[in-house]
Amino acid sequence: MKILITIHKNEVASRFDLTSEILIAEVDAGEIAGEPRIILLPGTSGEDICGLAIKENISLIICGGIEDTHYQYLKWKKIKVVDGVIGPYEQALKFAIANTLKPGVILPGASIYGKQS
Amino acid sequence: MAKEKTRVFLQSNTSLLSKLDLISLLDSMTLGVLFVDPARRVIAMNRFLEALTGYNREEVVGIHGENIIRSNLLTLGDPVGKALESEKSMTQEGDIINQSRKKIPIRFSVSPLKLITGKKAGAMLILEDISLLKDLDNKVHGFSGKEHIIGQSLKMLEIFELLPIAARTDASVLITGETGTGKDLVAEAIHKASQRSRYPFIKVNCGALPESLLESELFGHVRGAFTGADNDKPGMFRLAHGGTLFLTEIGDLSLPLQVKILTVLDDKEFFPVGGSKKVSVDVRIITATHRDLGKLVKHGKFREDLFYRLNVLRLHLPPLREREEDFRLLLDHFFREIRANLNKKIKGFSDACLTLLSSYNYPGNVRELRNIVEYAVNVCPNETIRPDHLPKALLSMEQASSSSSENQETTDIESMETAMAFPGTMPSSAIPAPGGWGDVERAMIMKALTETGGNRTNTAALLGWSRSKLWRKIIQHGLK
Repeated sequence: MKILITIHKNEVASRFDLTSEILIAEVDAGEIAGEPRIILLPGTSGEDICGLAIKENISLIICGGIEDTHYQYLKWKKIKVVDGVIGPYEQALKFAIANTLKPGVILPGASIYGKQS
Repeated sequence: MAKEKTRVFLQSNTSLLSKLDLISLLDSMTLGVLFVDPARRVIAMNRFLEALTGYNREEVVGIHGENIIRSNLLTLGDPVGKALESEKSMTQEGDIINQSRKKIPIRFSVSPLKLITGKKAGAMLILEDISLLKDLDNKVHGFSGKEHIIGQSLKMLEIFELLPIAARTDASVLITGETGTGKDLVAEAIHKASQRSRYPFIKVNCGALPESLLESELFGHVRGAFTGADNDKPGMFRLAHGGTLFLTEIGDLSLPLQVKILTVLDDKEFFPVGGSKKVSVDVRIITATHRDLGKLVKHGKFREDLFYRLNVLRLHLPPLREREEDFRLLLDHFFREIRANLNKKIKGFSDACLTLLSSYNYPGNVRELRNIVEYAVNVCPNETIRPDHLPKALLSMEQASSSSSENQETTDIESMETAMAFPGTMPSSAIPAPGGWGDVERAMIMKALTETGGNRTNTAALLGWSRSKLWRKIIQHGLK
């Protein structure tokens, strides 16, 4: 399974369409296979990330806010999207591998005061 | 002094302020309010913002504010960062994406937060949902983006794909295409979809004015610059500051003015006519022409450096004859629009009429098609538009255009441009010109009156008018 995470610094990027950096990780038998790739995109475009996800045969996208048009398009292309994720992308990847990542989740490490899941 | 008084008052009333239930107060507002600390983490937000973002305020305290509102503020020059650094308030239009995956247009007002002691405490963001305003703006202006450019042909779909790209950047755009293909509409659509849409969109026709007047029109002049310059004039470049300047018929621009335009594009500043003080402007340039600029460059009539400067993004609009799939779409659109405007009860076109219209070459492109439909809807007194309701010049024009189709120089197209503006006003050398609309209407009333034996009720019914309208028209045309 290939996972794509839209990232900004160490966190999941807050907006899918404004993301300029993505991480692609390959997961095999519940473990990350090889070193995840971090790709710097030439610009910010939701359409380009959708195109890249299809080209790379991505099965799961983890992102922050995403417009319904992009969400529905990816769903139509049979790519699962877990959106509204807040927190460090490493945590997001860990939860995704454990199959416990849910849309809208606020991950540990996202807040210094708030409620954490 | 007043500031000092306020500070003293606030200090003496600190106990009162600390007792105020500020959040309850903010909850009564119909604007989203967000407080962030200097590290941009959420301190508090009001109930309206909860509804707008879809987040519960208790769960977001301490989280980076951007993760909650998911705005595009970072791409708009980061006003929150600026407010935190420079302690200046600013307003910016942008958008957010909420939990329901909906993009909402927002007007952000960002203000720095300072304690009474003067210590920086973060920033306050006020989010105003401007969806309704945007909708209204679109209705008032008739379109937003590409909505009113009609077409589903492959060539037009390619244009539609390029429009958002052209809108996203500030690069110069050159729009080419024959007369009547919709160059102005595309230029305005790019402006409206761009970040500059709140600022002016100013169109200047470079072919409509003599060189000296055009220079003053574009760059303005100072008082006394020439005879008749009684006042300072700002010029279109200055009026378009922050927005877009659309220079149409750029191929008609004289060489000296081309140099001046090139300088403005490079330096973003210029001297007004007769002025000694440079004026700086921030203007995006969109140009259009029906001429082949490459050919003009070859003949030394257009500066090569300016051509490359303008030709950063190129949009070529196809002529109507290359948009077969769009013909019926455009015909129906114009028919419905004009019928509604004239409040007529016409049902449509006869088959013979459609055959004639679809076989015509349309040298004046979409504009010509619209004018033909307007003429036909005006002239048609019945429920179906027949060939005899089309401009009489149509057949002659068809013959004329087909005989000269092999010699389609741009200058020929240009000479036809004004003639195509309304069917039936072709130069006498090309086709016999019928009278204007007034004459046609007069003849129509006369014909209907003759047919009904002068009975005004029946005449009005035949023309599809009310009796009072017929009465007004009879007086207007001196038929009483």
